[in-house]
Amino acid sequence: MRDETFGSVPMGLAAADVELPGLARAAWLVARKDLAIEFRTRTAFFSAIVFALLGLTIFYFAWDATAVAAIDLAPGVLWVIFTFSGLLGLQRSFGVEQADRAMDALLAAPVDREAIYLGKALANVVFVAGVQAISLPALALFYNVPLGGVWLPLAGIALLAAVGIVAVGTLFSAMAVNTRLAELLLPMLSLPFFVPIVTAAAQTTARLLAGRPAAEAWPWLRILLGFDLVFVVACAIAFPYTLDE
Amino acid sequence: MTSVLTAEGAQVRPALMSRWLVVAALGVAAAYARVIWFTPPEATQGLAQKIYYLHLPAALNAYIAFGVVAVTSVVYLWLRDPRADRVAESSAEVGLLFTTVVLATGPIWAKPIWGAWWTWDARLTLTLFLWFIYAGYLVLRGAIIEPEMRARYSAVLGILGALLIPFIHMSVYLFRTLHPMPIVLKPDRPSLPSEMLQTLLFSFAAFFLLYLALLRERYRLGEERALLAEREGHAHGGD
Repeated sequence: MRDETFGSVPMGLAAADVELPGLARAAWLVARKDLAIEFRTRTAFFSAIVFALLGLTIFYFAWDATAVAAIDLAPGVLWVIFTFSGLLGLQRSFGVEQADRAMDALLAAPVDREAIYLGKALANVVFVAGVQAISLPALALFYNVPLGGVWLPLAGIALLAAVGIVAVGTLFSAMAVNTRLAELLLPMLSLPFFVPIVTAAAQTTARLLAGRPAAEAWPWLRILLGFDLVFVVACAIAFPYTLDE
Repeated sequence: MTSVLTAEGAQVRPALMSRWLVVAALGVAAAYARVIWFTPPEATQGLAQKIYYLHLPAALNAYIAFGVVAVTSVVYLWLRDPRADRVAESSAEVGLLFTTVVLATGPIWAKPIWGAWWTWDARLTLTLFLWFIYAGYLVLRGAIIEPEMRARYSAVLGILGALLIPFIHMSVYLFRTLHPMPIVLKPDRPSLPSEMLQTLLFSFAAFFLLYLALLRERYRLGEERALLAEREGHAHGGD
């Protein structure tokens, strides 16, 4: 099947002249395509940032600042906001492929379907990590949380959580765009899956911010790592089943 | 009860209620008669404990139902047999019903015993999330018209949902053990006296029968719906 598709490459290129991209390279090409679209339009990223900042503000006023210390609030607020702003990016991931049936062209490309999934997921991780990179300092500013010594482990946890959120979210995004409920369905399917991630990440964050020993956060970290491992593999395997055959 | 006419005009389902369902309903009634009149009340909880014989069997059968969803989802992706998908659909629906029973009976028991309708105890939280996962599963099914695609998508979700359960299980238990709450937690499972255990097993068997009967009914309903959709498809096709 690969050779067939490849034989029709225009401009007289012989099939043997061009090397087929491997899984990693193909995934990178898909990710680069998505990131280029996002970089040129910046609509989803910008709205996700504004959404995250708005969220930080609203949550601050939802509690009595004299009753609940901002630092106790911070980890929970952070992770609720990461989750929901991540959904904005995930929504778009396969939404952009709907115009002009771009998805069909992507599927016709001579790359493995797993590569399409991994590429999409990679672009989404960059998206979510980008939102995190801006909202984390914003949280430090608004909630007066000293991030000084812990920002590096915190960034590591944020990345681990982003991988888990994106692994599941990318797959569900591919499914949701083909249904009648599209925008409604993605959060409904994804949020139960985000529970272990958000719980683990928020608990680890809270312990880091409180200056607790790292050993205390380890059981939570293990859940996070296990989730990432299981769901990246499972979703990559499941993805081809969500495509029209 | 809807019935569908075949092309010859004969009814596919003449019975108002299947024999299975009648037997299962009688079984549940008998189990409850035994619970109320022939099982001694629990020493400390009194009559409130009677709900246990409804609560636990429903919970166990919900687990069985969701296990069936996972297995038949794998079978569907493997063999592409629409029957596997129909069993998964039916089992998810019955499982969700049983989970609803669990979530409804739990607070009724918890109010007099714990003093609160709801606590974020690990088992409660897990059950609530089971409900969310399979409610999402059924919403997904409702959002797709094309049967083959619906079967594929829901099989994927059915399998991922089963993979998710251990993770939710681990995190809710960890959440509780690291944050012991100063309220009354669920006591450790008591070793039941034999009379109570027998009643429980009886009740479990009755509920399992109910699960099978409902599964069978729902499966046949799914068959009829598919038949109807096919026929309407033909009608719209203008044959």
